[in-house]
Amino acid sequence: MKLHTIALNNLKRRKAKMAFLTIGLAVGIATIVTLVTLTTSMSSDIGRKMDEFGANILVTPRSNGLAMNYGGISLGGVTFDQREIRETDLARIATIANHRNISAISPKVLGSVAIGGHDVLLVGVNFASELKMKQWWQIFGDAPKNDNELLLGSDASKVLNVAAGDSLRIGGEAFKVAGVLDQTGSQDDSLVFAPLGKAQKLLGKEGKITLAEVAALCSGCPIGDMVVQIAEKLPDAKVSAIQQVVEGRLKALNQFKRFSYAMAGVVVFIGSLIVFVTMMGSVNERTTEIGVFRAIGFRKSHIMRIILLEAALVSLLAGLVGYGAGMGGAKLALPFMAEAKNAKLIWDAWIAGGSIALALVLGLVASLYPALHASRMDPTEALRAL
Amino acid sequence: MSLINIANLTKHYTSGDETVEALRGVDIAIEAREFVTVMGQSGSGKSTLLSVLGGMNHPTSGEVEMAGVRLYQLPGEKLADFRARNLGFVFQSFHLIPYLTALENVMLPLAIVKAQNGQKRVVARQALERVGLGAKAGRLPNQLSGGEQERVAIARAIVNTPHILLADEPTGNLDSRTSDEVMALFRELNAGGQTIVMVTHNPDNGRHSDRTITLRDGRVM
Repeated sequence: MKLHTIALNNLKRRKAKMAFLTIGLAVGIATIVTLVTLTTSMSSDIGRKMDEFGANILVTPRSNGLAMNYGGISLGGVTFDQREIRETDLARIATIANHRNISAISPKVLGSVAIGGHDVLLVGVNFASELKMKQWWQIFGDAPKNDNELLLGSDASKVLNVAAGDSLRIGGEAFKVAGVLDQTGSQDDSLVFAPLGKAQKLLGKEGKITLAEVAALCSGCPIGDMVVQIAEKLPDAKVSAIQQVVEGRLKALNQFKRFSYAMAGVVVFIGSLIVFVTMMGSVNERTTEIGVFRAIGFRKSHIMRIILLEAALVSLLAGLVGYGAGMGGAKLALPFMAEAKNAKLIWDAWIAGGSIALALVLGLVASLYPALHASRMDPTEALRAL
Repeated sequence: MSLINIANLTKHYTSGDETVEALRGVDIAIEAREFVTVMGQSGSGKSTLLSVLGGMNHPTSGEVEMAGVRLYQLPGEKLADFRARNLGFVFQSFHLIPYLTALENVMLPLAIVKAQNGQKRVVARQALERVGLGAKAGRLPNQLSGGEQERVAIARAIVNTPHILLADEPTGNLDSRTSDEVMALFRELNAGGQTIVMVTHNPDNGRHSDRTITLRDGRVM
């Protein structure tokens, strides 16, 4: 017979009450685990997307021009002192200090061409790096594999009345439409993509590029530093970061995180109240029992140890149940919360350990006053018989 | 030197403006191995005397000395330690712990003693056998009769071989035949050297003791 025998036997006897207590605390822990796991998994999903695609840095020729567009409507612009970037200069980007954070460099040459009586913006790209960067592109047909193949945006394909497999002529030269992009809702819909070398030739800009997109990507990359490093390597280029979209999503996620923590805090507070009220009720029910313990020589600390041991055992169980339920909840909710269908659930040992530790601390803290109250009971009053 | 010396003991209870004098200058000496019955009508102060003797109710004034120790001069939890080592309690309503078996109830005072669990079990079983309940060690209190519960309570009170056994109306909830059995058991324990102080209002129980102290209005008659 040890003190823990008393605690264990009491828990076994009061199964319903202890189940209620466990569930009360477990719900709080499960809520926290679900919310934390969801936000962690969603952050990781965004991080992965940033790693996989999305240009973070734009390299354009330096000019003293002023853009004249507003809300997607362009009225042209006044550009003077235009400098161009040589394609060979792009190799210097790979020499920056943070070159390991670069996953793709996609040079582009832009120019207007006439196709079948329509003026079209021709974009010369390196299809290998472009497709790596724009993984959201869905192509009907194939990606261009040789110099005489084109990729058309969905709107361009409609206007030019061509589909994958058709032919068209640019500057007297015949091209095959290898594929057509599914609607993207972006500027890509109205463009005609050609291999970079061929486009440079058609536009008379051999060896030159109009802009380069750099995928410098990973959620924790020092984008600002990399912009400075690239600008140093390419003094004639204007280098800017385009993180707004991802940052906007991260901001929204951070707001969700804060909301989650606030909600978790409320649930935990309610869980603690349940523990407090149940333990207090349990102590009051056991007044006589505690009087007997004191009469036969138990110290106040012995009484406290029994009550806190019971609380610790229940909390430990609540932590384990709460963690399991929370991860289950996160697994069910993640497909609805994350944008990517294949977003992965993060199994974090810190969350597992933290949730069990949190349950233990909450259970013990909420039971501290009931335990003190029990230990301070007057044995004569408690027994009344004496 | 007596085992228990009570000198000029007073105990007052205050409720609002009213003060009740439960004990008024009580002087009692009880020798080792003595079996003493404390009798009196309801409200005479006998239960208060027992709780003061049990180290659970600080007197308003006076001294309680047990085995050479001034009980209420013990600091902090030393009083609880004194109870654990020197006193055994038998309560009127048995007060067995409902979720512990008879054997575990008897082992309860040993829960705070540093010893091997097996050793505690042997000692507790011996105490149960001494009260004639060795065969019912694994039963829960609600599976025992009133007399058997009383015997378990007595075994719990003697398991740590206390100097003094304090009993509060131990036959109050028992029929006359079972009461006689319990009193015979007390007599047997006393014959074995156990000092017993028993509070009762049943004059028949007094027959089994060496001496009867009668209280009236908080005073020894």
